[in-house]
Formats: sequence, C-alpha cells, structure tokens
Amino acid sequence: MKITLFIPCFVNTCFPQAGISMVQIFERLGHTVDYREQVVCCGQPAFNSGYWDEARLVDERTLGLLADTDAVVSASGSCGAMLKVFYPQLFDGRPQADAARALAAKCFEFSDFLVTKLGVTDLGARFPGKVTFHDGCHGLRELGVKSQPRKLLEKVRDLELVEMKEAESCCGFGGTFAAKFPMISTAMGEVKCASALETGADFIVSNDSSCLMQIAGLLDRQGRKVRTLHIAEVLASR
Amino acid sequence: MNTPVEQFREDATRVAADEQHRRLIQGALGKYYVARDRQVGRFQDWQSARQAAAETKWEAVNHLDQHLVSFAEKLEARGGKVFWANNSAEARDYILKICREKKARCIVKSKAMTAEEIHLNAALEKDGYEVVESDLGEYIVQLRKEAPYHFVFPAMHLSRGDIRELFDREIGNVKSDNPEDLTMVARRVLRKKYCEADIGISGANFAIAETGMISITENEGNARLTTSLPRVHIAVMGIEKVLPRLEDLALFLPMLGTAGAGQAITCYNSMIGGPRQPGECDGPEEFHVVLLDNHRTRLLADPEQRDALHCIRCGACLNVCPIFKNIGGHSYGTTYQGPIGSVITPHFRGLQDWKHLSNASSLCGACTSACPVKIDIHHHLLHNRRNAATQKPRWWEKLAYKIAAGVLNWPEFYAFATAVGRVMQKFHPLVKGSVLDPARAWTKTRELPQVAPQSFRDYWRARERKP
Repeated sequence: MKITLFIPCFVNTCFPQAGISMVQIFERLGHTVDYREQVVCCGQPAFNSGYWDEARLVDERTLGLLADTDAVVSASGSCGAMLKVFYPQLFDGRPQADAARALAAKCFEFSDFLVTKLGVTDLGARFPGKVTFHDGCHGLRELGVKSQPRKLLEKVRDLELVEMKEAESCCGFGGTFAAKFPMISTAMGEVKCASALETGADFIVSNDSSCLMQIAGLLDRQGRKVRTLHIAEVLASR
Repeated sequence: MNTPVEQFREDATRVAADEQHRRLIQGALGKYYVARDRQVGRFQDWQSARQAAAETKWEAVNHLDQHLVSFAEKLEARGGKVFWANNSAEARDYILKICREKKARCIVKSKAMTAEEIHLNAALEKDGYEVVESDLGEYIVQLRKEAPYHFVFPAMHLSRGDIRELFDREIGNVKSDNPEDLTMVARRVLRKKYCEADIGISGANFAIAETGMISITENEGNARLTTSLPRVHIAVMGIEKVLPRLEDLALFLPMLGTAGAGQAITCYNSMIGGPRQPGECDGPEEFHVVLLDNHRTRLLADPEQRDALHCIRCGACLNVCPIFKNIGGHSYGTTYQGPIGSVITPHFRGLQDWKHLSNASSLCGACTSACPVKIDIHHHLLHNRRNAATQKPRWWEKLAYKIAAGVLNWPEFYAFATAVGRVMQKFHPLVKGSVLDPARAWTKTRELPQVAPQSFRDYWRARERKP
C-alpha cells in the first residue's frame, strides 16, 4: 500500500524524529511511503481562531496536493482531526466539498491506521522503560482513538505501561490558546504533569507532538528528568 | 470599570495560579466522578439514553411553539397564571407587580438560575423586600454577597471552615464545622422564613406540555417548602425547559440526577400543576409561571447552535472542564458558567462582549462527551469564534493569518524561515522572558521546543537523493 504521510509544520521543524520513525515502521511492514514536501500545514491555527477564510487559503492547497493519495496518515491526532473532521465543515457548500469528504474518508491518525486499517499491533519493537500514555484530546474525542495506542504499546517488549489518573485530561496546549491565555494553559498543564509524574514513569508518550511540546515545556522548566516521546519513536525502537 | 474581557483575564489569571483553589475543586469533583460513574453504570446503556434524551429535546425545542402553548393552556385551566416575558425587565416588572399587589414583605426563594439571570434579588431588595435564599448553597453565597460559583453547586468553592466562619459572623455562635451542624444552623433560620414569607419564588427543571405541570428537583426539601407554604408561588423558567410528555421525566429525572450530582435521582421531586384546588387543604392561593425568553429565541433562530437549548442545566460540562476547574466559576462573570455558559452567553448578552469565553478554551471536548443531552458544546465554541471574527475581524490577526498562509503556501520560503529560526534560537536566551521576547507568553512558564538540526523535509530530501 502507498501511504502518504502528513507531517505537520511543528513536527517537520521541531520533532522530525516522529516522522522518521513512521517512515521506518511503514517500510518495515512492506509499504511504500510517500511524502509531499509541498504539504506543510493543516491550517488549524487560523481555523480555530475563527478566521476560516484565511484557513481556506492554506487548506485549499493542502486539499489539492493530497487529492491523488490512497491513504493519508497524520503524525498528529489534532492535525488528523483537522483533515478528517473539520475540512468537510470548512468546505461545506463550496466547490471543494466533495474533495474534502473524499480526503476525510482516507485520512487516519497514525496509531489508528496501524491497528484499525493495517490490523497490526506487534511491530517487533523493544523499549526498556516505564511509560505513561497521554491521550491527545483531538485524537481521543474527535477521532475516537483510545485503545489503539495502548494495544500497540502493550506489545512492545520490556515496556511497562502505567496509566495516569488524568490520562484523558487536556494538557492545556490548545494551539493559539496556549499563547492567548498562557496562565490558564499553564495551570492545566501543571495538573497534567503532576498526574503523569505521580505514576513514576520515565517516559510520557503520546500520539500528538503538540501536547508533548506543552508537557515537555513545563517539565523542562521544572527541571524534571522525565522525557516525552511520540508513540512512533517508541514503536520504531529495536 | 473593567470590560468583561479585562475582568475575565484578571480573575482567571489570579485563580489559575491559586493552588489551594485547585486542590479544593479537584477534591470536590473527585468524589463527583466516582458517584457519577456508579450511577451511569445503573443505566442499561448510557449512550443510548443520551441519544434518546437528545432526540426528545430536539423534538421539544423544534416544536417549542406548540409545546409552550399546550403547557400554558393546561396550566391556566387549573387556575395557574402564565406570563410570557420577552426579557429580564418584563419578568422583573411582573414579579414586582405581584409583590406590590400582595403587599408582600418577606420573599423566600429556592434555587433558580433564571432569577439570577434577570437579577431578581437586586430588584426586589431595591424595592424594600426581604429576600431569603433557601437552598443551602445559595443561602451561603447570599450571606457572602456573592454570585453562585457553579450553577448547580453554588458554594462548592468554600470549605466547611469557610462556612463555619461565615455563619459565626452572620448568624452568631457557630463553633462546629461539622456539615450536619452547619446545616442545622441554616435550617433554624430558614424554617422561620418559610412561615413568615408571603411569596415563594422558584425555578423549574422541566415543564410538561402534555399536563401543564412544572417539575422541580432538589435535595433539601427547601423548594417544596418554598412552593407550598407562602400564599403565592411564582416560578421563573426559561422557555427551553419544556418536555413534550409526562413520561419523558422517567428518563430525564434520573439523567439529571446522574449527570448533575452522581445521584440515582434527586431526593425530592415535585410536580406542580396549579394553585390550591377547591377542596385541597394546603398549597398556595396563587401560582404564577414566568416563561422567560430573554434572547433564547435568538438561539432558536440559529440552526447551527439551536441544540444549546437542549441544556437541562445539570452542570456536567462544568464538572469535567479543565478550564472551569482551573479558573473557577466566578471568573466567567456570567450567570451560566463553564462550557455551556461560554456557548450561550454570547447569544444572550452580545457576541463581541463575550466572545473571549469561547476563545478561552483548548477545545478539548470533555464537555461534549459529558453532556447528557449531546449538545455539541465545544464545536459551538468554534462557531462563536468564527461568527465573532466574521462579524468584526481584528485587523492584525486577519493580517497575521494572511501572511502565515503566504509563507505556508511557499514551501521554499517556509524552509528558509525554518533555517533562520534555527540560527535565531541560539540568541533567544538573551531575550528569553523579557519584553523583547516574541515568545514570552510561552516562555514565562515553559521552555520552547528547539528547531531540529535536520527538519523532516531535509531528511526526506537526503533520503530521496540516495540511490
């Protein structure tokens, strides 16, 4: 199968290892990986801020560039939700409505794609460490991704998975929200981090690097040793 | 005087940093989650129950014209009086008129958020009436001269120590902070008031179109006393509270108890269908229902957000909201706090003045998952943002997104900008956290992620060059 990666802007610039790990995993499974460097962003910041016309400036292009794909797999649950759930709303009643619905049907979050579409849970990975998983809200509630990452992590050798109490609580990132209301965002992040730290885990893993950016930003400031990793990085480890 | 957004920023910032507040609310809600989950488990299928409730409310709200008329006619046939209030002022004037006619002195109230919405207490007190809240939580916040903190749990921000201190100061000689003792203190005061009061004012949780009755749910028995002892009972309810059939309560009463407080059903459930009937020995001589629009019809006219009128005011969305838990109920500055308040307040009180509540959300969607009547709460926050930006765009924000779109649609320039960022971040420590730091909203409390030495795009290009 030819799999087209959707690598969001912040993964491309700050967390490329998540994307690189995805390439490794899909190739090991025998699939062809496709990446289109012209595709840069899902347009979510403008969309979430209410500037839908400006979001469409980016998204019309993204929509066109991803039209001739078989499957689009996003490295972030949030950007995946943008493509899958919000593009059809953004282009509702417009000439691109059909294209948006077509893209939505073939777009997947990474862990969901592995488990639901490819039907694999054991990737032969080995990762020694105690791990707690953070559910990114968009992946969890817009896309219904809850069991998939856990099924994958349970099959990783030497990995101990411990659930935190607030696994489903928002980390407080929320895109532009983190900058518009920094103190609320920080308070939410502190609750999240405290819950993750309570598990005694060495690693906080998620299917969304944007949440991890918030969590790591707070933990680093607090001088904590806990590391954050995208789930693909764990699953690609041998 | 601060504008609503300035006030919100100030209050939210202060409370978000208050760790004692955080612990208190987390503790209170921790117990709620356990109780709620236990009650949800008693439903054969909670998700189907939510669906059924959403469909019933959809039917009710989309045929509001018929259901309200049916409700009013049935109620009037038994001697009840129905007043259709377009707005707060009309509702207040009507209630004040009754108070004058009855030469009332003392008015006892049971919990009614609609009364908060129309600022009824202030109007009554201004005209010289003594107004006493009889719901324990409301009584406490009334003594503190505060607005309710949460529209279901008005005093959840207070510890029992706080309440003991308050009672000791306001009532006198209260030494114990045992919850039962504190309740007895309030009870002794309130019991007298029920007997003295000329008028009882309540809200309504539901109104039944089929039978012309209102349904009131409560846990203290105070609403039952408020609505039955005084000579006159006035109920103030939003027009969206109507349900088509009496049997609908079989679902909605346990659902409200479960979602609202983690109870199988609330302790007291009253159905009121009119004043004292001939041959009855008790009950009020007069029963008035004030049907309050107050811009609810604006929501009704909006097909996209009409389902916000499904709300049964259970408070479940507040209880799961990470924003609410961190900024507290008072920061909102609204009658209806939390996610549902952020959705409906702009419709009730003006989009431009209250759009900040829709912006102050990470859009996590916990509210929507918790809503028993399946209101698409967090997506409506997005709709409010879109409507606000379309109606009155901020020029600099619009321009910023236009420029961003230009950069993102020009990948070569975007790659160049990334390379510049990689260099510039080396100098970032020089300004980090200062007024010169372009990222200070982030760096005040958090470390910035670093631009990777090799972007994914660079990795991919290098890989493609290999034979």
